Amino acid sequence: MTLLEIERLSKRFSSGSRDVAALNDVSLSLAPAETLGLVGASGSGKSTLARILMRLIPADGGAIRFEGEDWLSLSGADLRRRRARIQMVFQDVLGAFNPRATVGSVLDDPLRIHNIVPKADRRREIAALLDRVGLPADYADRSIRDVSGGQRQRIAIARAIATQPSLIVLDEAVSALDVSIRGKILELLVELQRERGIAYLFVSHDLSVLRAVSHRIAVMDAGRLVETGAAGRVIENPHSAAAHALIAAVPRLVTGIPQGPSHDL
Amino acid sequence: MSMLCEIRDLAVTYRSQKVPALTDVNLGIEAGKRLAIIGESGSGKSTLARTLAGLLPAGAKISGNIEWQSGKSPVAGRDLGFVFQDPTSSLNPVLTIGEQVAESARRHLGLSWKDAQIRALEMLERVRIPQPENASRAFPHQLSGGQRQRVAIAAALAARPKILIADEATSALDMVVQAEIVSLLDELVREAGMTLIFITHDIALASGFTDHIAIFKDGSLIESGPTIAILSSPHATYTKTLLASHRDLSTPPLIAEAVI
Ligand SMILES: Nc1ncnc2c1ncn2[C@@H]1O[C@H](COP(=O)(O)OP(=O)(O)OP(=O)(O)O)[C@@H](O)[C@H]1O
Ligand SMILES: Nc1ncnc2c1ncn2[C@@H]1O[C@H](COP(=O)(O)OP(=O)(O)OP(=O)(O)O)[C@@H](O)[C@H]1O
Ligand SMILES: [Mg+2]
Ligand SMILES: [Mg+2]
Repeated sequence: MTLLEIERLSKRFSSGSRDVAALNDVSLSLAPAETLGLVGASGSGKSTLARILMRLIPADGGAIRFEGEDWLSLSGADLRRRRARIQMVFQDVLGAFNPRATVGSVLDDPLRIHNIVPKADRRREIAALLDRVGLPADYADRSIRDVSGGQRQRIAIARAIATQPSLIVLDEAVSALDVSIRGKILELLVELQRERGIAYLFVSHDLSVLRAVSHRIAVMDAGRLVETGAAGRVIENPHSAAAHALIAAVPRLVTGIPQGPSHDL
Repeated sequence: MSMLCEIRDLAVTYRSQKVPALTDVNLGIEAGKRLAIIGESGSGKSTLARTLAGLLPAGAKISGNIEWQSGKSPVAGRDLGFVFQDPTSSLNPVLTIGEQVAESARRHLGLSWKDAQIRALEMLERVRIPQPENASRAFPHQLSGGQRQRVAIAAALAARPKILIADEATSALDMVVQAEIVSLLDELVREAGMTLIFITHDIALASGFTDHIAIFKDGSLIESGPTIAILSSPHATYTKTLLASHRDLSTPPLIAEAVI
């Protein structure tokens, strides 16, 4: 069974003399409770794919089937209702929030808009969501500006799981987190996947992160999907030049005698 | 060995907060070297960076002191470049990429507008922005996250600052570009004598190229010293935990693969 089927998606951006083929004939699929890791050079089109999937920008061509529906042709009330099923955690976390909002109101919005829990239970649900992502309940009263970057990222994840989606698109969602908390968030995401069967489209530059959580990995290069395969296979035996270069550039932990920069290309 | 500054008994408390974001920080920063600042989310890394740059928000209380070797605090933008964790907050949405970078060179190096634009193009090339001529006419929202971050780095470096604070500046970049940016920063330290303060959560990245490392937890400096010494024989339990929880490509995955 497939949850998501993306077929021959394309998107160009032109402005003045700048013309970019951000997506060029991209096809991929995702099963329920599956994690697809999406990696690729900066500017290769990963966020564009995510934004089209979120219906934030239109595609130029191609089709998306999500939960059996023609996702790109949904509009109006249908789209609004179905939107709760795909959630996203953005790369640019501060820009994703109203800077005047409190943490509590950020989590209250989706619960109210999509009618997830009755009004009387919302405060408790917000506390539970905060607890799930490792934040104390009293953070609900803080302004979103008064928490650290990493804490903000955890709030974004809490907001995403609030509507009980079947798919969450994570665009560099854990990259600002330190290793110990990142590990906990990854474990949390895996746990939620097991519990609720959530699928993830997991965009990250960090191949070690993708290796930890992905069933399959897809590699993008200049708007094209150049490789897809089981996570272990892609990491251990990359076929494409793009995957090769990305894997070779992963920083290695140096704890012994200095060998000069470990990031030699 | 010359010092850039000595931080003594520094504590910072944000307005309306009861708990300080930093306490009891004592740290010397060497001029012309590469210092890594490591620590978990909320440990106070950005607070330290903002304090050094004089960019704390109004109402923040500071105690203790920072003694600058030069006798005066560096001017942010001119003497000290700052690349923020979140590139959108440092870029002006209504200026083109070329204008932002050129503006920094014009203001701080006193270049003519024309020379500043040439310098801007040169910087965009050095941070590996593809098609820099075209990109310089684009607006921030037209670039990918990683491209925006490179523009922020270019703008900070355009003024040839003596100190660069990079706050998670490479975490939005792909690993290939990250490696290129890191070697560019490395080169600026070696050739231009710049002091680099590199905030990261990637201990492997820091281990490869920094001279010193300072590890923070809950607003306190846990330990600091030469990178190799700290990472090969850490004293603090926290540092040991950090090293143990490091994940690389050979770490066993959290999921059973190929269930599909
Ligand atoms: N609104 C836009 N207008 C013009 N060009 C755009 C726009 N959004 C994206 N682009 C361009 O499309 C290409 C793909 O961008 P995208 O954001 O999808 O990359 P990405 O793979 O997410 O990169 P990163 O890893 O840096 O986040 C880039 O060249 C970018 O400059
Ligand atoms: N403007 C602010 N007002 C009030 N509290 C703040 C403000 N900025 C940060 N804090 C708090 O100060 C503490 C330290 O935050 P800081 O941003 O320095 O952490 P950090 O180590 O940079 O974390 P991250 O890795 O998540 O960026 C946190 O508890 C945070 O919630
Ligand atoms: Mg992106
Ligand atoms: Mg920070």
